[in-house]
Amino acid sequence: MSFPLTEEQHMVQLMVREFARKEIEPVAARNDVESRFPTAIIDKMGGLGLMGMMVPAEYGGGGTTAVSYVLALQEIAYACAATAVTMSVNNLVCGPLLEYGTEEQKEKYLIPLASGETLGSFAITEPEAGSDAASVSTRAVLKGNKYIINGSKVFITNGGHAGTFIVIARLGDKPRHRGMSAFIVERGTPGFEIGPEEKKMGVRASSTVSLVFDDCAVPAENMLGGEGEGFKIAMTALDSGRIGISSQAIGIARAAFDEAIKYGSMRKQFGRALVRNQAIQWMIADAARDIEAAHLLALSAAMAKDRGESFTRQASISKLFSSEAAVRICYDALQIHGGYGYTKDFKVERLYRDARVTTIYEGTSEVQRIVIANNALK
Amino acid sequence: MKTIVLIKQVPDTETKVKVNPGETDINREGINLVLNPYDEFAAEEAIKIKEAKGGEVVVCTLGEKKAEEAIRTALAMGADRAIRLDGEAFAGSDNYATAKALAKAIEKEGDYDLILCGKQAVDDDSAQVGTLVAEMLGIPSASLVINCEVGDGSVTITREIEGGNQELEIAMPCLLTAQKGLNEPRYPSLPGIMKAKRKKLDVLSAGDLGLGADEAGAAGSKTAIKELSMPPERKAGQVFEGEPEEIVPKVAQLLREEAKVI
Repeated sequence: MSFPLTEEQHMVQLMVREFARKEIEPVAARNDVESRFPTAIIDKMGGLGLMGMMVPAEYGGGGTTAVSYVLALQEIAYACAATAVTMSVNNLVCGPLLEYGTEEQKEKYLIPLASGETLGSFAITEPEAGSDAASVSTRAVLKGNKYIINGSKVFITNGGHAGTFIVIARLGDKPRHRGMSAFIVERGTPGFEIGPEEKKMGVRASSTVSLVFDDCAVPAENMLGGEGEGFKIAMTALDSGRIGISSQAIGIARAAFDEAIKYGSMRKQFGRALVRNQAIQWMIADAARDIEAAHLLALSAAMAKDRGESFTRQASISKLFSSEAAVRICYDALQIHGGYGYTKDFKVERLYRDARVTTIYEGTSEVQRIVIANNALK
Repeated sequence: MKTIVLIKQVPDTETKVKVNPGETDINREGINLVLNPYDEFAAEEAIKIKEAKGGEVVVCTLGEKKAEEAIRTALAMGADRAIRLDGEAFAGSDNYATAKALAKAIEKEGDYDLILCGKQAVDDDSAQVGTLVAEMLGIPSASLVINCEVGDGSVTITREIEGGNQELEIAMPCLLTAQKGLNEPRYPSLPGIMKAKRKKLDVLSAGDLGLGADEAGAAGSKTAIKELSMPPERKAGQVFEGEPEEIVPKVAQLLREEAKVI
C-alpha cells in the first residue's frame, strides 16, 4: 500500500508479517475448527512486544506507536482473526492501566500484561447492558478496605484465559455513566466465577465467556482511576479498541481479497479465468478501493492518537467503514469461490465467518453511527 | 570477542522475478527487499555468541541507502553497530570487487575474532563472496556450517559435505558461512526495532577504504553480467488415462524417446 511508512513502521510490518506467515498461518485453520486457543503463539507475541505495543519498554511493552499497532494487527489478522482479537483486547487492557494506573498497579498488573506473561480482559457488557453501556448494573460496595462486587458480565473476550480483568461496575448512587467505576480483578479471587466458552460462529480460536461476581471482594487499592471514572475509562479503552478491530477487519479483508484473486485466476469457466469477467473484476475493484480507504482511515485514527489528540470520531468512522467493508469483501470473495467457498476446504469460508463479528463487537455499526452523528451534530 | 557479520539485502523469497529484455538487472519495481535469509543465520549465530561470551557484533554490507533496512533488521535482532559501504565508485561490483571492498572494511575495522556470513545470497546464488573475503584477508574459512562452538582461540564447527557432515577445528580469526540448520533466527522484537534506530551506522566510501579507482566497482571487477534471461517456461504436463497395462508402455516409450530421461 502506498502510504509512506517510516523505516521503523516498515520494519514492524515486515517482522509481524513474517511471524504471522511462519508461526500463525500454518495452524490457523486447525485452531478454528477445534476452537483451540493459541497459547503458545500468544506467549511468543508477548516476547516480541506485540501484546502491549504502545506500552513503554520499561513497563514490558513494545514502546511503539498506534500506527505500528494498526500495521501489526492487520498482519496478525491476515493470518488469523482470532489471534488478532486476542491481541487487540490485551492491548486495549494495557491502555487504561498505563493512563490511569498507580505506580503499584503498573508494577503489579501492567508489566505482566504488556510482556504477555498474563492475558488481560475488559468487562463492561452485561446481559442487559450491551450497546447501552451506561446501564451497567454490576455493583461494587465498599466494605472496610475491600470492594464487594456482585453482578454478571457476558461476551467477555479473553476471559477464559485471562489472569487480570478490568471490571466496570456501579459504585455509589449517581445514575448512569456518572456512577461507574473500574476495578482490577484477579482470576481466582473468591466469588469470581468464569463461565464456559461461548460456541461462536467465527473467531473460534479466541476466548469468549461470561463472568459471575458473587460477593467478590477486591482490595480497595485495586480501583483503577478515581470513583466515577469507570465510564470514561471504558470509553477511552474502547476508542483504542476500535482502532484494533478496524485493523483486524482490514487484515481479514486483505486475506479474502488475496484468496479471491488466487482462486479467480485459477478457476476457468467458459474457457477463461473467472477474473477475466467484468462482473468479477468489479467485485475486485470495489474490494481494492475499500481496503485502501479502510487502511487510510485506520492510519488517520492512529495518527491522531499518536499526536495525543482526541480520536473518538476517527476511530468510530474507521471501525464502521473497515468492518462493513470486510463483511462485503468476504461476501464477494466467497461468491467468487462459488460452491467451493461454502466448504471448509477453502480459507474464505473461515474469513467470511470471522469478518461478521467485526460489525458487532467493540460497538456495533449502529453505535458507531451514533458516535459519528453526535459528533457531527454537537 | 568481536564478530563481524557480512550481510546483503535481497528480494523477498516470495518475489516473482521479472527481467526486462536487454537489461542486466531484474526489474526492482515494487519488490520487497529483505535481509538475505542465510545472513540471518549468520547474524543470529553472532548474537548468540555475544550473549554467551560477551563482546560485540558488527554488521557490514556493501549497498545503497535502501540496504539500511536490512542492516536495521540485524541491529534489531541484537547486533551492536554497522558499517555500510556506499558510493558511485562501487557501482557494478561483481563478487570479486564486493569481496575486496568488504575485506578492506574488515581490515580497517581490525581486531576481529570471527567473521560470519550466509553461505550464499538468495538473489544471484553465487556463494563466492564469503570465501573470497577470507582469502583476501589470509584467514582460514569453512562453508556450509551447521553447528558452531566457540572455544579458546579456535572454533569447532560442523559443516555439510556430500553425503554427510564434517567436523573441523579452526583457529581464529576465521570466516564461516552459514547453512540452514545452524540455528533458528529470532524475530526482531519491538523494543529491539526501536533500539536499532539509535545504534551507530557508519557509511564508508571507496576512498575511506583506500581503494583506488581501478580497484572498486565495475573497474575492479573480474566479471560483468552480459545478459539476464528467464528460464524457459515449463510446458504443461501430459495426462494419461486408462488401464495401467495400456498406458505404462506408452509412458515408458515417451520417457525414453521424447524426454530422453530413461
